[in-house]
Amino acid sequence: MRADEPALRIRSLRKSFTLHLRGGVRLDALRGVDLDLFPAECVVLRGPSGAGKSTLMRCVYGNYAADSGSIRVAHDGSTVELVGAAPRQVHALRRGTLGYVSQFLRVIPRVSAIDIVAEPLLARGVAPADACKRAASLLERLNIPARLFDLPPATFSGGEQQRVNIAHVFIARYPILLLDEPTASLDEANRAVVIDLIQEARRDGAAILAILHDATAREALATRIFELAPRLAEVA
Amino acid sequence: MKEQPILEVSGLTKRFGVRAAVRDVAFELWPGEVLGIVGESGSGKTTLLNCVGGRLPADGGEVLYRTAAGPAVDMLALAEAERRRLLRTEWGFVHQNPRDGLRLDVSAGGNVGERLMALGHRHYGNLRQAAVDWLDHVEIDTDRVDDPPRAFSGGMQQRLQIARNLVTHPRVVLMDEPTGGLDVSVQARLLDLLRRLVREIGVSAVIVTHDLGVARLLADRLLVMKGGEVVEGGLTDRLLDDPHHPYTQLLVSSALSV
Repeated sequence: MRADEPALRIRSLRKSFTLHLRGGVRLDALRGVDLDLFPAECVVLRGPSGAGKSTLMRCVYGNYAADSGSIRVAHDGSTVELVGAAPRQVHALRRGTLGYVSQFLRVIPRVSAIDIVAEPLLARGVAPADACKRAASLLERLNIPARLFDLPPATFSGGEQQRVNIAHVFIARYPILLLDEPTASLDEANRAVVIDLIQEARRDGAAILAILHDATAREALATRIFELAPRLAEVA
Repeated sequence: MKEQPILEVSGLTKRFGVRAAVRDVAFELWPGEVLGIVGESGSGKTTLLNCVGGRLPADGGEVLYRTAAGPAVDMLALAEAERRRLLRTEWGFVHQNPRDGLRLDVSAGGNVGERLMALGHRHYGNLRQAAVDWLDHVEIDTDRVDDPPRAFSGGMQQRLQIARNLVTHPRVVLMDEPTGGLDVSVQARLLDLLRRLVREIGVSAVIVTHDLGVARLLADRLLVMKGGEVVEGGLTDRLLDDPHHPYTQLLVSSALSV
């Protein structure tokens, strides 16, 4: 990826939700967003609750389907249009390019912390022993005790689950990172570790889009702030 | 070479009397992909699976399958002998009730070895070793290799059925509610196993389930069926987190946290 070309180019992005079970009420979440995100920058989304920060992030990850507009993603030496992309294309983007730290870890019964973290490497064909070694060293850095590695995180504390979630994404060195409150439920020491991880990724050239309510993290990481206007009235 | 779907279903229709149980359904299945079909009972999802898998004659449509040898064939129009050969060698079918997919009085090892024998494997030592390996793969104590599945629990029977299907390394596996009727803890183990096997073998699978949690865990992509038709399809997490069709919204909002 070239540093002078955006990793992500968003144009006129619109997203609404039609609630059929509520008499067809339509909520306009995004009304024409334009944003460029370049390698080695960390753009922090700002706006009041309900302004569409998480919605924008989920649209970029393909988790929400945008109504219209364009999201062009630099992927594998070319650019790919994400709006309207086929599911297989979205999977390819997620495997190689887009890393997303959601607010909560979705735990899978019986799958251990270390396997969750190693999974993105296995999906790319890294040998299992190597993937596990790298997963263990990242979990160690995030202060997850080694005795927890082989346990499924369902019983972990909120902060521990979040760190597993962060390790699961940061292990794969994605060129684009989408971070939704990555430091929300962490104590000070662990917050510092996560801030370092994010900072390192950015210096290595990752393009980062983040939601950070925590002022310490925001001041340490943001290279630019992007304002999202509050949502206008609902249309019936 | 550009990648092509392994399976292309189009215009598939099945009527029971005047009622269309499946109406003009089309979908593709890509190599290594797990496609989930969700919907309430009576939506036509099992009938669709049975038509695709050649267990029920369809009234119309095409099931184009790209064979291991290369050429694409319409499974619905194929001569019976050739169709049966492909189903036995390149496809697998996992029934909701393991009793429909196992021979209950034949030993566990025999159940696994039988599909290999159908492919022409004859060496007893190899067949037995393959059976033992596969029991281990699906977490059945290998001491049980000579026991008939009649003596197994439901969860063990279901795992044995999966071993019996996967031992021949099929390219396409169709599964009808593979976790239905199992305790939640047994279900979790089976789901974990299926996720792992699908990755290791790289099989393409179609899984029918009414359980959106199961669909979320296993499927790359989902189709939602209602009244015999596909009303919505897409990436699994997109469909569950941002459902568009009124019926999908109803399904998702009715489920306990998925």
